[in-house]
Amino acid sequence: MSGMSKIVKTSVNILFPLTMIFGLYVIAHGHLTPGGGFQGGAIVASGCAMIVVAYGSKWVFKQIKEKRLSSFESIGGVGFITVALLGLVFSTVFFGNFLAGSNLLFGTTPATGSTGADFNTGGVLPLMNFAVGVKVIAGLFVIVLVMAYASSVKEWDT
Amino acid sequence: MEKRTIVAVLVFAIVAVFFFFSIFLIHPFGKPGQVNMDDHIIANTQNETGTNNGVTSVVFDYRGFDTLGEATILFSAVAGVLMIFRRVKQ
Repeated sequence: MSGMSKIVKTSVNILFPLTMIFGLYVIAHGHLTPGGGFQGGAIVASGCAMIVVAYGSKWVFKQIKEKRLSSFESIGGVGFITVALLGLVFSTVFFGNFLAGSNLLFGTTPATGSTGADFNTGGVLPLMNFAVGVKVIAGLFVIVLVMAYASSVKEWDT
Repeated sequence: MEKRTIVAVLVFAIVAVFFFFSIFLIHPFGKPGQVNMDDHIIANTQNETGTNNGVTSVVFDYRGFDTLGEATILFSAVAGVLMIFRRVKQ
């Protein structure tokens, strides 16, 4: 599909940064607010799909190739399993939360009961949220982009 | 009737009977049967996982294997789409 009119492009130019900020906020605050890696990644990927609709998949394909997005997706998955294996090394079990209560990165333990939000809590949960977020962003975006590009061209070449 | 149709109808009837009688075994709404694990997670999630969000602590810590399976599903979906729509050289 090719690009749409100038009105649509201008609207997308305004809406795209706001969607990015909101999605990345949902990913980063996954251990404090509703949401997390999957939900925030879906928000960011829908913002990228909006770019594909407005500017056309050929223009987006010139900016970024699907191999790079696919490798980003693999990096997210490998990071997720790496954090889980670090739990096996530094803690006792697979998916062990070795950072919680250690006073290191994200190591603060909140007081029991209803407390205010402290970003420096959660142990390995923010790291896993980030890895899953990268994975979902790249995965959903590459699905939308490749399908849109394949429906717009007659034959694949180069 | 063919033999296959009779067998299919019989299997369907047996499964339907099991489903029908399972209605009477459902616990009342809002009253779960076993609450030990729920109480443990609600009481100890802030000490054990160090986060205020109980849902995220369940998804990424207590039930990490489930999330690993979800990530595997997404990975295989992306791999399948990229395999179907791969670039074919002329």
